[in-house]
Amino acid sequence: MPGDGFISIEGITKRFAAPGGGVTTVFEDLWLAMRRGEFVCIIGHSGCGKTTVLNILAGLDTPSQGAVIVDNQAIEGPSLDRAVIFQSHALLPWRSVMGNVAYAVASKWRRRSHADIAAQAQKFIDLVGLSGAEAKRPAELSGGMKQRVGIARALSIEPKIMLMDEPFSALDALTRGTLQDEVRRICLETGQTVFMITHDVDEAIYLADRIVLMTNGPGALFAEIVENPLPKHRGRNDLHKHPRYYGVRNHIIDFLVARSKTFAEEIGPGGFDRRNVPLVRPGAIEPPRVAAETPPARVAAAAR
Amino acid sequence: MTSSLGLRAAVVSVALFAMFVTAWHLATRGTGVVAQLDPEYAKLMGATATQGKSAMPGPLDVGAKLWEHVRRPFYDNGPNDKGVGIQLAYSIVRVAIGYFAAVLVAVPIGFMIGMSPLLSRAFDPFIQVLKPISPLAWMPLALYTIRDSGLSAIFVIFICALWPMMINTAFGVGSVRREWLNVARTLEVGTLRRAFTIVLPAAAPTILTGMRISIGIAWLVIVAAEMLVGGTGIGYFVWNEWNNLSIANVITAILVIGLTGMVLDQILARLTRLVTFPE
Repeated sequence: MPGDGFISIEGITKRFAAPGGGVTTVFEDLWLAMRRGEFVCIIGHSGCGKTTVLNILAGLDTPSQGAVIVDNQAIEGPSLDRAVIFQSHALLPWRSVMGNVAYAVASKWRRRSHADIAAQAQKFIDLVGLSGAEAKRPAELSGGMKQRVGIARALSIEPKIMLMDEPFSALDALTRGTLQDEVRRICLETGQTVFMITHDVDEAIYLADRIVLMTNGPGALFAEIVENPLPKHRGRNDLHKHPRYYGVRNHIIDFLVARSKTFAEEIGPGGFDRRNVPLVRPGAIEPPRVAAETPPARVAAAAR
Repeated sequence: MTSSLGLRAAVVSVALFAMFVTAWHLATRGTGVVAQLDPEYAKLMGATATQGKSAMPGPLDVGAKLWEHVRRPFYDNGPNDKGVGIQLAYSIVRVAIGYFAAVLVAVPIGFMIGMSPLLSRAFDPFIQVLKPISPLAWMPLALYTIRDSGLSAIFVIFICALWPMMINTAFGVGSVRREWLNVARTLEVGTLRRAFTIVLPAAAPTILTGMRISIGIAWLVIVAAEMLVGGTGIGYFVWNEWNNLSIANVITAILVIGLTGMVLDQILARLTRLVTFPE
């Protein structure tokens, strides 16, 4: 419900002057509430303004209208309470792994001693499985290791919220899978609240509690919120065996393929309550037909 | 080919050098006695007329001269006869003073220009006008106001080293990657700490490239400046030896100037590599 969440996006709109002299509305009047400890993924096509929403949450960008409330306070600029994991990892190439993480730690706790800072940084380097690589510089690391450093840096300041902008999109499939597992484990252990942008439907289903579907820009809006029916403790390997997995997956893919373009026609004029974005539970009523007809293993193979 | 590229390049370099020296030697050697002259008269006429020898010294003459200088670089027989080492030291000290003064002025100003779009625009016309002025054009003004030829030479070095460093610093600071600045913003890093921990390391390679360009220009200009102000320095040495018509000494000095310039450039290149980190 709007207003009573830990994070509350309240009617944010982003417009900017178009080159021709007009005004382009990227997205308009977005509302969303998030609970503490919740993992929310936002899915939509490129250019719909997902990154802008995340940047507004981070305080790096400001909305043309509306506000974002976090923990009963309106966002006014960036904060150490909200850590960002950048798509391009954004590590400082002149600092070592330890240096990069310690920089964040030292920014949060300015008066701490060097030993304390190093200990805190070490704890999170260990957590993401980079023990032994502390002295390496980013150039000596693989893409997956760099992103691990980015995750360690974000976690090390013990933020209230983690904001992730397609953190795994630049990685190969194998590394991506491992890192998704790590992030899931860490977020469950620490009860972290996460807002994540992704393009990857399976990633969203594996990680998220709720998945926000965003229509195409310009004038993009939050169309639906998909509640993930999968149990909180889900395994990567038997994800697809869940009876409702394909219902959810098909619903999201249908949205991305077709409905994200035509959603404005679908709702008609003035018939959409942007404050209460419909919550959908796909696959709840329909019996899981596909799973009944074919053994799960073959479905998984066919889905690839 | 199993030998490395470096080794092969070295072989070619040596061959080129040998060819050049041989050609030089052949072009300047004497052709023998060309005219029978009265010995007294021949002495007046010099080697060019009597033995067909060029007034240009050959590589052996220059080599001998160079060896002489290497053996005794620091002698001092009065104002017009000092060792090439002393003269070189004078020039290097002048360049060092002018250059470091320029670093102290150019880097902070360039930093401010790079950080602030307002200052960038405000400074731009001045830089555009002052940059293309030949540093030696400042010399009369410097001599008149400073009233000291040594200081004027230093001032000329200062002014010529200033612009490349200022422009490069401003450019380096202005083009720090947005994502690094965003990292600093999300970590609530203050302006001063951001300047030293993000902007400076990120811009350091560009700043040092500017410093490298500047040291090259400063070393070019010091020779001309010392020819004008006279007294001491490698530039003065060249001019003095020209007046003595000692071409061998002039060539020696040219070599020394070239080698010193190379060393200065390499020092800055090393420093640039030291602060450059691949991503």
